[in-house]
Amino acid sequence: MIFATTGTQLPFDRMIRILDEVAPLLDEEIVAQVHRGAYRPQHIKTVDFLPPDEFEQLFGRARLIVAHAGMGTILSALQAGKPIIIFPRVAALGEHRNEHQRATAAKMREQRLAYVAHDTEELRRLLLVKELQPLCGIGGTADEELILSITNYIEHDE
Amino acid sequence: MLTMRTKIIATASIGGHWKQLLRITRPMEERYEIVYASTHAGCATMVGKNRFYLMPDFNRNNAWRIVDSFLRAMRMMCKERPAAVITTGAAPGLVCLMVAWLMRCKTIWIDSIANAERLSASGRMARRFASRVYTQWPDLAQGGVCYAGTVMGREQKN
Repeated sequence: MIFATTGTQLPFDRMIRILDEVAPLLDEEIVAQVHRGAYRPQHIKTVDFLPPDEFEQLFGRARLIVAHAGMGTILSALQAGKPIIIFPRVAALGEHRNEHQRATAAKMREQRLAYVAHDTEELRRLLLVKELQPLCGIGGTADEELILSITNYIEHDE
Repeated sequence: MLTMRTKIIATASIGGHWKQLLRITRPMEERYEIVYASTHAGCATMVGKNRFYLMPDFNRNNAWRIVDSFLRAMRMMCKERPAAVITTGAAPGLVCLMVAWLMRCKTIWIDSIANAERLSASGRMARRFASRVYTQWPDLAQGGVCYAGTVMGREQKN
């Protein structure tokens, strides 16, 4: 199963439309968490907002994650050791307030943490790769250095 | 003899902000008594037996809700009297920091890892009154903004 999510704040019809177009070419179910989109997909199953526990459950079942460049989903995928394709929102198309998703996606690609697609062709090509492998995995906690710095500040003002 | 552990409030909006926060504060739970606050009741299921407060969510499109947010943050802070408040954003976390600043607590803002090119709008506001501001990108650590690693944790490359 491929799990796609657009986050829970803004609609992202462009991504859902592309997934819907690609879905008939795939031999695999796509479940998408969609937020207030106007586009009605024909070939993929959609769900609305999911509470964190149900989200994790669906996430756990997925072979591959496709998502806008939201850090929550990216962190979940890396922690679960699942491959993720980031499809960033473009503010110039009215998909977000600013272009930070494109910057996030570029950084994730640069650091070889995630696959990135910007259009139908790129997304289709990645979706059609059999057994796309995760690029990276992470543990469950932040860098020790960051935690130490914060506790030092709390306890010693340093 | 039992000693009182330092009490910390950790707060963030649901989604990526919340996930980043937990990666930082869950490892601190042995050291501190951590009280959590977020914008969705479902988040309570992710913090075990720690006390949890529900905060109203808002953004620039429904900014009037800041009043409710401020009052609830005030009530929580008066009841808990923490030594420090930690937040990874977004706007509701900023409100908690403001209240904490009024009460002369230590106030720690950790800008989301999604902001790779510029501190977030909330982060730029937080700089005016947070006693400690972290970015997760070394290039953005200037003018009093600290960098001490990220929420990613040690990467386990495949």
